[in-house]
Amino acid sequence: MKRDWDLYLLLIVPLFLTILFKYGAYPGLRIAFMNYLPAKGYAGSEWVGFETFQKVFKDRDFHVALRNSLLFNFAEVIVSFPMPIILALILNELKVPRFKKVSQTILYLPHFLSWAIIGSITYTLFRTETGLVNNMLVNFGLAENRIPFLTENLNWAITYLLVGVWAGMGWGSIVYLAAISSINVELYEAAMIDGAGRWKRMWYITLPGIKPTIITLLIMTLGRLMGSNYERLHAMGNVNVKGVQYQLAIYIYEKGLASGGFSRAAAVGLFQSIVGLLLVLASDKFAKALGEEGMI
Amino acid sequence: MWYNRRKSIIADYIMVLIIILLCSICLLPFIHLASKSISDNSFVLAKKVYFLPKGFNLEAYIAIFKDGQLTHSMLYSVLVTAVFTVLGSITTVMAAWPLSRRRLKGRIVFTFIIMFTMYFGAGLIPTYLLYNKLKMLNTMWVLILPLIFAPYNFLIMKTYFQSMIPDSLEESAYIDGASNTTILIRIVLPLSKPILATIALFLAVGRWNAYEDSKFFITKKSLHMIQYLLSMMVLSASEAEKISISEASLVTTTPEVIHAAAIMFVSIPVLCAYPFVQKYFVKGIMIGAIKG
Repeated sequence: MKRDWDLYLLLIVPLFLTILFKYGAYPGLRIAFMNYLPAKGYAGSEWVGFETFQKVFKDRDFHVALRNSLLFNFAEVIVSFPMPIILALILNELKVPRFKKVSQTILYLPHFLSWAIIGSITYTLFRTETGLVNNMLVNFGLAENRIPFLTENLNWAITYLLVGVWAGMGWGSIVYLAAISSINVELYEAAMIDGAGRWKRMWYITLPGIKPTIITLLIMTLGRLMGSNYERLHAMGNVNVKGVQYQLAIYIYEKGLASGGFSRAAAVGLFQSIVGLLLVLASDKFAKALGEEGMI
Repeated sequence: MWYNRRKSIIADYIMVLIIILLCSICLLPFIHLASKSISDNSFVLAKKVYFLPKGFNLEAYIAIFKDGQLTHSMLYSVLVTAVFTVLGSITTVMAAWPLSRRRLKGRIVFTFIIMFTMYFGAGLIPTYLLYNKLKMLNTMWVLILPLIFAPYNFLIMKTYFQSMIPDSLEESAYIDGASNTTILIRIVLPLSKPILATIALFLAVGRWNAYEDSKFFITKKSLHMIQYLLSMMVLSASEAEKISISEASLVTTTPEVIHAAAIMFVSIPVLCAYPFVQKYFVKGIMIGAIKG
């Protein structure tokens, strides 16, 4: 203890920051149980118990936001999750190291771009009247009419998900590639002697070898089902697709900061945090029950 | 046998082709934007610009520099990111080094206090009210102080210290008379350059790319990060897809070319830096994947 006084001294600053900015915000959660009026402050606003929650759970806008969030997160698991695995399997089969390295560098690029840039690029490429894709489709006679990629609900949802695949695919493959490289090489050699072809080796050695990684990452993804990324939704949104773009993060911003319904927005935020925490704990338990490493 | 070999070679080619296709999807948008941003307005209006510039016209870039808003914001964002990165790296070391030592009493409790905040956040509204109370809204500091110390970065650095700086090494330095401060500065930090680079880059790229806090907590335009300005520029245009001709003719260059130039202007720093920094990132997520 005496020897390490200076180590405790170092800890003061990060602990201070954590307590001030993270724990300092927790007391503000009480406005979810109040009818908070910004002009009156905490002291002047009255307590209402669970009334705000009852109102929120009856709110149609909340139903829409919750449904959209869950739907999109599920769709994301189905569309985005397998892609890095497939990509890693392909990258692993490449024979020329230099080609492999250069293509990996290129595939990681989208990870370094902000959602503002990704959203702007999406609009440049997919606008109905001026977007590159529509220009090419029409000018080369591949389509008769321009496709409203970003102004119709279903089209927007598909574009949104595919852009997500594009942004996350390369980066997501890193973990799988590392898992593949830790598979014992002797297994492959033995299989080759026994006459197993490329696909057999992939199916019977590589995939089982990275199964623990796949399961852990899948469970982690499921733990984030309640999440909602404001920047991504904002950068790709527009008034025409409100019906599908309206998710929890948008709800909280628009009902809260933008129009002053602080209590309602805080209640939804608290609901989201608690369910999110429970999901993480449950998936961690689940992973450990399966004999995999948990993440907490 | 011969038949199998040929099949295998075809499969090789197909996989190379898929990878080339995917790489093109990553690069072509930028080639298109770069081409558009220096193309002649008439070709852009005729929707004839694909992946090569047609005509030559730097007017959009000149307009960006003349207008000054994006250039000012670029300098400001660089400043914010630099301060953020320096302070963030220092505070992360300050927590990760002590808490990586097994002998430290209370390390489990302190680590829990820090990590809990990663799994349970107060949410936007309480955070907003807190910053309001701290008089941080509409200041540069709201973009810096609350986020410099991140549990995730802390966890990665702590894991690295635990596995790379064995207690025995530290113990022998201690027996030779080195104080904790000397050990940290003379032994630990020089041995930890790769992880310091990784964390610094995590911080820098994270700060550079994030923009929702600009929207939530700042109303003064001069204090917005450049990413937010870009999103406002392009998004406000997307709401009204067709800009009336009279409006467009007022400016010497079409909004489309301006947008392309603005996107390029904001992307260029990242595009230039990332080939050099990505290997540190890869290292970082590998450590992050190992449990702390």
